[in-house]
Amino acid sequence: MADGDDIVLEELNDSELVKQMHDDLYDGLKDEIEEAVHILLRRKWEPYRILTEALVEGMRIVGIDFRDGILFVPEVLMSANAMKAGMAILKPLLAETGAPRVGKMVIGTVKGDIHDIGKNLVTMMMEGAGFEVIDLGINNAVEKYLDAIAEHQPDILGMSALLTTTMPYMKVVIDALKEKGIRDDIVVLVGGAPLNEDFAKAIGADSYCRDAAVAVETAKQYMMRKHNQRAAG
Amino acid sequence: MSSRLEELLKARGRLLADGATGTNLFEMGLLSGDAPELWNETQPEKIRALHQSFVDAGADIILTNTFGCNRRRLMLHKAEGRTRELNRLGAQIARSVADKAGRTVIVAGSVGPTGDLLIPLGPLSEEEAVDVFIEQIEGLKAGGADVVWIETMSAIEEMRAAAQAAIKVGMPYTVTATFDTAGRTMMGATPEAVATFLRGLEPKPIAIGANCGVGAPDLIYSVMQITEAAPDAVVIAKGNCGIPKFVGTQVEYTGTPAVMAEYARLALDTGARIVGGCCGTSPGHLAAMRQALDTHRPGERPDLAKVIQCIGPLTAPPADTAAEPVKRRAGRRRSG
Repeated sequence: MADGDDIVLEELNDSELVKQMHDDLYDGLKDEIEEAVHILLRRKWEPYRILTEALVEGMRIVGIDFRDGILFVPEVLMSANAMKAGMAILKPLLAETGAPRVGKMVIGTVKGDIHDIGKNLVTMMMEGAGFEVIDLGINNAVEKYLDAIAEHQPDILGMSALLTTTMPYMKVVIDALKEKGIRDDIVVLVGGAPLNEDFAKAIGADSYCRDAAVAVETAKQYMMRKHNQRAAG
Repeated sequence: MSSRLEELLKARGRLLADGATGTNLFEMGLLSGDAPELWNETQPEKIRALHQSFVDAGADIILTNTFGCNRRRLMLHKAEGRTRELNRLGAQIARSVADKAGRTVIVAGSVGPTGDLLIPLGPLSEEEAVDVFIEQIEGLKAGGADVVWIETMSAIEEMRAAAQAAIKVGMPYTVTATFDTAGRTMMGATPEAVATFLRGLEPKPIAIGANCGVGAPDLIYSVMQITEAAPDAVVIAKGNCGIPKFVGTQVEYTGTPAVMAEYARLALDTGARIVGGCCGTSPGHLAAMRQALDTHRPGERPDLAKVIQCIGPLTAPPADTAAEPVKRRAGRRRSG
């Protein structure tokens, strides 16, 4: 791995640099990602282009290897942290330039469950894919979800549970959405180790997402469908 | 001096551990989102009834209702100040059932993960993790646990912290990990790596193995790799009773008593000496496993194909069962 010469990012041309950023994201090298983002900004790249071509694309590759069982949580967390550092530089600039947003998501771990490793990964990967994510943290009662949905009007609600003792709570939340008559306004994605597709269907969620990479892909598909529906309607 | 668990292993050869705690407490009215450990104080008769049902089904080992009974997790229920007491009560309840069983039944003090990632990935230092586990294990010891049963682990560092805590408190211990992600733990540790690491601890765990995860076939496959990596170890197989499904308002598991009996036989032939069930395993399932353990004539060590043929396909197969997966991109590291 540590063979040979140091790479001097400044000396790379744009296309080499973007490829290098994909590698550095894969390796979770935060400082290098920050440096590269600054270089591209100095070279007059649009923040949105840096986001999509360098960061989102790099995380897409990480996501594929995570999905396929080649990378695991520790590596992906390092990648996501590097991505976040790059994002932190771009965020204020993106707000200024009014860059398009892919969609909005409210996410949280359900009541009684403190596990947030998977949920945090989903948050970071979704942000990496250009979504705005409102993270409610752990231990969310149904009211917390409903309040956040009312306030933020998200396209997607994500719920996470790691325990067999807490996963049934997802149904409590979905039933509450139905009761309020807003279930069909929002895509509900669920995830967590003990879950599966059948469980998601049984509780009335739209999809089960096996991991953060699948969550991003699934969210994108639903957003695409939404756009198509709008275009058709 | 050898521990009670070692004595019983010597006497009986193979042991039956118990079934699910969470799933069965739901049946008794535990609400989703509530901490089962609080019942050690408020509903001890239900915890006692659960232990008794497993003892009646033939369990040699019962696990205390203390899986999430550490201060990091109890914080959520504002009960972190009662960590030691809830553990002591949990062990005491199991002890009272075991002592009335009319045969030797081991009280295993369940110790689950903190729920936090360790530094640098998360907020918890390994020293803090050791402290968290010491507090819990002292409670378990005070309540009369025979052995510390560290389970459902996914990070090597956290296993080390929990093992160290048991050693510091002066308790014998066992460790099982959960291999639920492409044949490895969530943190990417292979069964072989976990086995090798655990066998390097001093004093050694009395037994090592796999629990929970994504289904009985996956668990057997993990155990196969553990027994191969550590042929001299006492190995635990404590797999889920199939996979969870929602039926009405209840979570139900797909495993039948017949499947769990077959799973128990495969576990024995794979080299496990302590067999039990995890999520979804009812006393009825456990009774079928007891019979399987008592009547099983040792067979050939199964290969993966045999396992799949007997109890079904893997739910979360490894990226590549033939070879170590190759990272797609060649990474770089800057010197300096």
